[in-house]
Amino acid sequence: MSDDPLLSPRAKAGRAPDVFAPGGWIPMHAYREDEAVDFVIVGTGAGGGTLACKLAEAGFSVVAMDAGPYFRPLEDFASDESEQTKLYWTDDRIVDGENPLQMGSNNSGKAVGGSTVHFAMVSLRFRPEWFRSRTLLGYGADWPLDWREMWRYYAKVEQALKIAGPVTYPWGPPRPRYPYRAHEMNAAALALARGCEAMGIGWTETPLATLSAPRGRAHPCVYRGFCTTGCSTNAKQSALVTWIPRAIAAGAEIRDLAMVGRVEVNDAGRATGVHYHREGGWRFQKARNVVVAGYAIETPRLLLNSATSRFPDGLANSSGLVGKNLMAQSNQAVWGISKDEIRSYKGPPSLAITEHWNYDDNKDFFGGYSYMSQGPLPQLWANTQMSARGLWGDSLMAEMERYNHVVGLKIVGEMLPQESNRVTLADAKDQYGLPIARITYSWSENDRALIDHSLRFMARALEAIDAREIWTQDDDTCHLNGTARMGGDPRTSVVDADCRSWDIRNLWICDGSVFPTVGGVNPSLTIQAIACRTGDRIKALAALGDL
Amino acid sequence: MPDRFPGYDVLSKRWTPSWNQKTREVINRRLALTNEPRYLTAEEFALVTVIAARIVPQPGHRPPVPVAALIDHQLDRDQGDGYRHAGMPPLQEAWRQGLRALNAEAQAAHEAPFDQLRTADQDALLTQMQEGKLKDAAWGGMSSATFFKQRLAHDIVHAYYAHPTAWNEIGWGGPASPRGYVRMDANERDPWEAAEVKDGDVEAARRKNRHVG
Repeated sequence: MSDDPLLSPRAKAGRAPDVFAPGGWIPMHAYREDEAVDFVIVGTGAGGGTLACKLAEAGFSVVAMDAGPYFRPLEDFASDESEQTKLYWTDDRIVDGENPLQMGSNNSGKAVGGSTVHFAMVSLRFRPEWFRSRTLLGYGADWPLDWREMWRYYAKVEQALKIAGPVTYPWGPPRPRYPYRAHEMNAAALALARGCEAMGIGWTETPLATLSAPRGRAHPCVYRGFCTTGCSTNAKQSALVTWIPRAIAAGAEIRDLAMVGRVEVNDAGRATGVHYHREGGWRFQKARNVVVAGYAIETPRLLLNSATSRFPDGLANSSGLVGKNLMAQSNQAVWGISKDEIRSYKGPPSLAITEHWNYDDNKDFFGGYSYMSQGPLPQLWANTQMSARGLWGDSLMAEMERYNHVVGLKIVGEMLPQESNRVTLADAKDQYGLPIARITYSWSENDRALIDHSLRFMARALEAIDAREIWTQDDDTCHLNGTARMGGDPRTSVVDADCRSWDIRNLWICDGSVFPTVGGVNPSLTIQAIACRTGDRIKALAALGDL
Repeated sequence: MPDRFPGYDVLSKRWTPSWNQKTREVINRRLALTNEPRYLTAEEFALVTVIAARIVPQPGHRPPVPVAALIDHQLDRDQGDGYRHAGMPPLQEAWRQGLRALNAEAQAAHEAPFDQLRTADQDALLTQMQEGKLKDAAWGGMSSATFFKQRLAHDIVHAYYAHPTAWNEIGWGGPASPRGYVRMDANERDPWEAAEVKDGDVEAARRKNRHVG
């Protein structure tokens, strides 16, 4: 049998890959398909991987499925951009709208561990007011969660991932010390810091989910700079090397290369399990509860593809909001040339950050943005020069020779929810025979105002440190949220504060889909905090007999 | 153009701790690709070679990066990006249709296939494609600008910068696992990184690059 993790499943027959040892295995419980498990979870990323751990540790029987392979990073990951595209969700999707999203590498993972296998590890808390942005700030929608409770869960996730961060975080209410010390800043991060100081705003070392000291069998980060193509040394605290080994140790079963195509619902309107494709055929896993955690495209796609005569518009969709209010984050950049050799390929790409414009409300638009230092690898950088700046031929080759002198700043900006930004089903089908997602996206006036503000400000910050030939990259986005928002009213939300669907009470959604707003920070820490909270709430509801 | 990183060869690190076994396997496979088509027809392959020479022109003094072979390999494996614009066909079909359309445009404008044109005329057609001005019926429902940005130039640029020869040209450190980097500040160079010519002293840079490993 092949040991290519892309071709045949590794997690089966009572064992799963040991991610810390080449060729290694760990024992894993194997559940029967015809006996209902307490929870079947669809997706093993920041939402599903985290929740699988919390539910297994609470004593529930859990099977978590992922459409992607189960990698052992130490033996499977090359230092190579092309090879590592195997981490991305590259199945077919259609994009349209006025500002079609780029999918795949920058926002979609297909592996056990989900997008956390290739995320940039930036681990930030929401500003407290964002949980009530409608009431306090006048835009978006309020969350049904209290920021103080969320901050307690943030602290738990930061501990679980041994986040490396600064001694004192400059913005927001006081927070505990980060578990591990901050990483050394590279030249690109120091350029951000100098720019902020010249502009009179604060900066700090970015809180990162990569180790700055040894932890168990994982070594500290060696600053190889391939973070967004997968960490081959296990310093990155992805779900693959944190939550999932814990989940398995607590009795969960992970099934890799298992693509769920349909959630089954019985005549009483209860979910009964999932149909999934593995090893060449369709199979069925019975479950007392189903958790959909496929991220903001695959989650609504699965709910829509699971339509029945009783739920003709898809599951959990009595509000009509499944697939709507998709929110990317703006990811525009300003680039320049330094007389110094920056060599931004060394170290994690975003070692320094400013959240100034997330916390300063003296702006002519709603929402906020952070910006961070950057470290694009050559293929990404060359394609940025071509696609964003239009360079090819001799001008591209000459520009690429200056790669080591490039310095850049890039935002993670808040985009506002709009129902017209949405996921629907296209006519085309994928390799499993399932209708593929159509993703429609257009920026709002507010989105454009935020982007303009950020580009003007960052250009001045680069000018202030004597970068030359400054230009703006104005078309990029990152992250995906919304499409199954949480709320306090079944008419205007898909799930409640516990990530439990209003319509089908044993169907849960636990990933970035549930965000009512997206804020100006990377979402992974918030997704994991919500998953931890959901795990605790399920345990409490079970104790009350309310599952 | 004078060599900015004289004597730097990222492959000299192949057997150092900067390359793990998986990286060696992957790069060895890439370097072993022969410059002949497996998916494309011979005519299509020749046309891609000519287009690539305009998008990523290479110096004559070294073996060329086999861009067309890398594209052909991508097409043979049907390795898409995970999305396509409404109106864009899937990867293989998009390439076939785009190449046909480019030749149709060359015929319409110059009464000759694209690879017979003067390079200035080739560049002019590619610029028109980039700007979305090519609208021959052969494009079908596909926007020429989208084909240029999302497919043709996108794939060619990715293919070229997947090759160690291109990494040498830009002075990138290349593969770095398990040995990453130690010296992080500006103008600090680890001994296993490329040295750039400073103050015109080519030999000093060459000396340093000879010891990269």
